[in-house]
Amino acid sequence: MKIEILGTGCAKCHKLDELVRATVKETGVIAEVNKVDDIKKIMTYGVMTTPALVIDGEVKAAGKIPAKDEIMKWLGGK
Amino acid sequence: MTELCNIETSKKTNLKSYWPLFLIPLAVVVYVFLEAGVNFLVDNVFRLDKGAHLTESIRFFLYDTPKVLLLLTVIVFVVGIIRSYFSPEKTRKALEGKPLFIGNVMASLLGIVTPFCSCSAIPLFIGFVESGIPLGVTFSFLVAAPMINEVALVLLFGLFGWKTALLYASTGLLIAIISGWVIGKLKVERFVEPWVYEIKAGDFQIEEVKVTFYDRIQAGHTAVVDIVSKVWIYIVAGIAVGATVHGYVPENFMASIMGKEAWWSVPLAVLIGVPLYSNAAGIIPILQALLEKGASLGTALAFMMSVIGLSLPEMIILKKVIKLPLIIIFVSVVATGIMIVGFLFNIIY
Repeated sequence: MKIEILGTGCAKCHKLDELVRATVKETGVIAEVNKVDDIKKIMTYGVMTTPALVIDGEVKAAGKIPAKDEIMKWLGGK
Repeated sequence: MTELCNIETSKKTNLKSYWPLFLIPLAVVVYVFLEAGVNFLVDNVFRLDKGAHLTESIRFFLYDTPKVLLLLTVIVFVVGIIRSYFSPEKTRKALEGKPLFIGNVMASLLGIVTPFCSCSAIPLFIGFVESGIPLGVTFSFLVAAPMINEVALVLLFGLFGWKTALLYASTGLLIAIISGWVIGKLKVERFVEPWVYEIKAGDFQIEEVKVTFYDRIQAGHTAVVDIVSKVWIYIVAGIAVGATVHGYVPENFMASIMGKEAWWSVPLAVLIGVPLYSNAAGIIPILQALLEKGASLGTALAFMMSVIGLSLPEMIILKKVIKLPLIIIFVSVVATGIMIVGFLFNIIY
């Protein structure tokens, strides 16, 4: 599983990064977590609000930090 | 609106109920009886010396603090629910293909209600430009979003009356509309970094999750928790300053430097205000003190608008996508608008 956190470096983006990493660890899923800072790359996903969470190329959330159980669901549902 | 940059969401409680709605009528009842209640407390329970400086300061503080906090909570809750109907993506869709002037009006109005955090300014800017929305319209949005926010409105309404609040909102809106329109007329496209136009944004479709009314109440509740927990301290401080000044400091203390007669006070206030950055709540204590000491309304409003409407951090963020000349144009156009509003108020009042 490939997870990307899109964000230009605001406080919320770091928070989401931490939360996702922690959740991945907790669920034990094997996933590669990357933080994407490059605005050009971020825009290729078409999101207009950061932070955004992308799992396997699919935008799951944008402009907010999703709740932990939501992230769990996305991790487990694959 | 830029104050929704909350970072704590993990401790979010799940409400799944309508109960916050029922608290609104209760708040109204408290609001209506507050003044009588405080008077009763001060005159009949504490039996304070009526008319004395200290008594009037205490009365002012005891009445204004719950009044403003109550107003703030209710309005932030309602705005949180309203805002859950909007998103930057929907706003972009609404603005696509709109002609310049109508686009400016719409962008300014949408700027008030669209949830948007200034750290998302770049993706938003690119997203707008990329879908063909004119630069002038985009700037109208970027001006209105921070300038007119519910916290400022509530505080102005609660502390200075509905006229001040209304004047603030309407002139703020006018500044956003007109500055965007002017920038649009100036043909500033060449000052946008060329790579912005080269970006081919992906077509992003987030799965439409069904949003229930519970979720919207939840959004309102979250907004209250986030905003009120952040700003209450400023408000209490502001009212305390106001209460002290109310009873003690002679009126017109500031009149000579910030009064109507000193015409240069408006540009000076804007000049000081632009590089400063604070949220509306932080600026209110200062405003309260200035106004009570005889600063004129136009000067005080110009100061407040330049502090919350134009900010150095936002300019630094925008610098990544637009070149310096456009930043300078942007700041000068908006600052000029604010100054005109300041002068106008000083003439009218």
